[in-house]
Amino acid sequence: MSRHKTDLVIFSEIHVDQALKKALARERADLINEVRDSGLKGRGGAGFPTGTKWNLAGAAQGDRKFVVCNADEGEPGTFKDRVLLTDYAEQLIAGMVVAGYCIGAREGIIYLRGEYEYMMRGLKETMVAMRKRNLLGKDIAGKKGFEFDIHIHLGAGAYVCGEETALIESLEGHRGEPRNRPPFPVTTGYLGCPTVVNNVETFITAFHIIDKGAAWFRKFGTDKSTGTKLFSVSGDCARPGVYEFPMGITVANLLKEVGGENAKAVQIGGASGRCVARHEFGSTIAYEDIPTGGSIIVFGPHRNMLQVAKNFMEFFLEESCGQCTPCRYGTETLLEGIKLLEQKKCPMKYLRELISLGETMQVSSKCGLGQSAPNAFISILQNFKHEILAHPQGE
Amino acid sequence: MLASEKDQLRHEITAIAKKYEFHRSGLMPVLQHVQRAYHHISPEAMQEVADVFGIHPAEVHGVVSFYSFLSTKKKGKFIIRLCQTISCEMADKKAIATQLENDLGIKFGETTPDGMFTLEYTNCLGMCDQGPAMLVNDEVYTKVTPEGVADIIESYVKKFGAHVTHEEGAEK
Repeated sequence: MSRHKTDLVIFSEIHVDQALKKALARERADLINEVRDSGLKGRGGAGFPTGTKWNLAGAAQGDRKFVVCNADEGEPGTFKDRVLLTDYAEQLIAGMVVAGYCIGAREGIIYLRGEYEYMMRGLKETMVAMRKRNLLGKDIAGKKGFEFDIHIHLGAGAYVCGEETALIESLEGHRGEPRNRPPFPVTTGYLGCPTVVNNVETFITAFHIIDKGAAWFRKFGTDKSTGTKLFSVSGDCARPGVYEFPMGITVANLLKEVGGENAKAVQIGGASGRCVARHEFGSTIAYEDIPTGGSIIVFGPHRNMLQVAKNFMEFFLEESCGQCTPCRYGTETLLEGIKLLEQKKCPMKYLRELISLGETMQVSSKCGLGQSAPNAFISILQNFKHEILAHPQGE
Repeated sequence: MLASEKDQLRHEITAIAKKYEFHRSGLMPVLQHVQRAYHHISPEAMQEVADVFGIHPAEVHGVVSFYSFLSTKKKGKFIIRLCQTISCEMADKKAIATQLENDLGIKFGETTPDGMFTLEYTNCLGMCDQGPAMLVNDEVYTKVTPEGVADIIESYVKKFGAHVTHEEGAEK
């Protein structure tokens, strides 16, 4: 289903049964080291080193530990997890089993966003089939004494629950409001127990790494951003869909692959990412340059960039949990500012104040949502101020 | 709410809560059930849920009001949620929005007088490469065309007709 480039890491061949059996025959520490040596960073967007996370949760004290899959894919323009959850569910579940083995957990949870309820059945069927093949449940793949099982928790339409502490709050039956950190979920997560929360793609990538080795993974990508990444490409391009590219690909090359060469701008990282204009198309997509969870939205020459900024700000205003002031008031004030710009009624002094407000939100909001809410607004204004302040010809 | 209805509701809530050993992690699944079965979560239902879990009803209300798929206001049997986020916006979701309003005879945020359809906007559905996209309850539709809207609506009218003899019909 609209999937391209099927050969590198995530879309490479793997025999799930054999790979899982092989993994469980190895020592926990050995597996964690493999993931750590690979340099894999969280694929949801935040980019925390996966091996370090597993190591911390593994070392944490606790009789009960949890492995949670963040399948709350809500970032505008992101849909790679949809493809993984539908077509690669076995690998995801196997990846979670391996994570459970590494940290000493017996319980796994898939937090599936409410919008993806239609995937529930397929996921459950996959789990039933895997239980029958002894890849889930007790004495998995013949490994005596190792048990691990998974249940699915359905979300109910809240973008902020993609933030891992908000997700845990939601799992516990509360409003999805992010927690203060520290303590981090690796020590104090779901029900206060050590918990690993990883993105769908992260589990699958880790599963491939454990099977094929850290060195193999490091052949792809850059020194600081190893491996490949899935990209969800939409907007004004000839071939939208899910792509796998090595990290460090330039924006220009990516656009060529997807048939979006004449773009005037690209939003990298979704609503919370940043808008990149033509003069920056030589930049690379990597943690050290432009980081992303994989959302690529292409804007053709005819797009009104102020409308784009407005759409993103409306999104954040709606999705802000309202817990902290910078985000609650900031999103509202910025949207009002965009409307003033739309009506050509915004004094320059006020516009500068709005940008300054955005910068305040970036440093003072409690969680990633508020910190990144002004990104699109600021980058669109930086790149398209002339277009936004100009009147169309003839008016 | 009739006493017998209240008993029925409590029975349903308890059955689900029991699976979670009455731990609060069962709250969302319970509320999702009430929403699905009764098309909203009434003050009485919130009170029942609170009693079953041993928490204050304000806690339950806090959760219901937080999530966009839970509501205190009664929704239609079929909730149409049109994606309003950027890629669908660029794929001319406006045309679909207009056609939905015309075909259903209601505005966004409203429910048809017969209680069949509620029309809402939603944020990104993860169908950005196949927009405009929308959900009808938990079924997803992609590359929706203005003309196709009428057929989708019609298919639900028919589907409902097939179920009318069962529990849904008994409500009238």
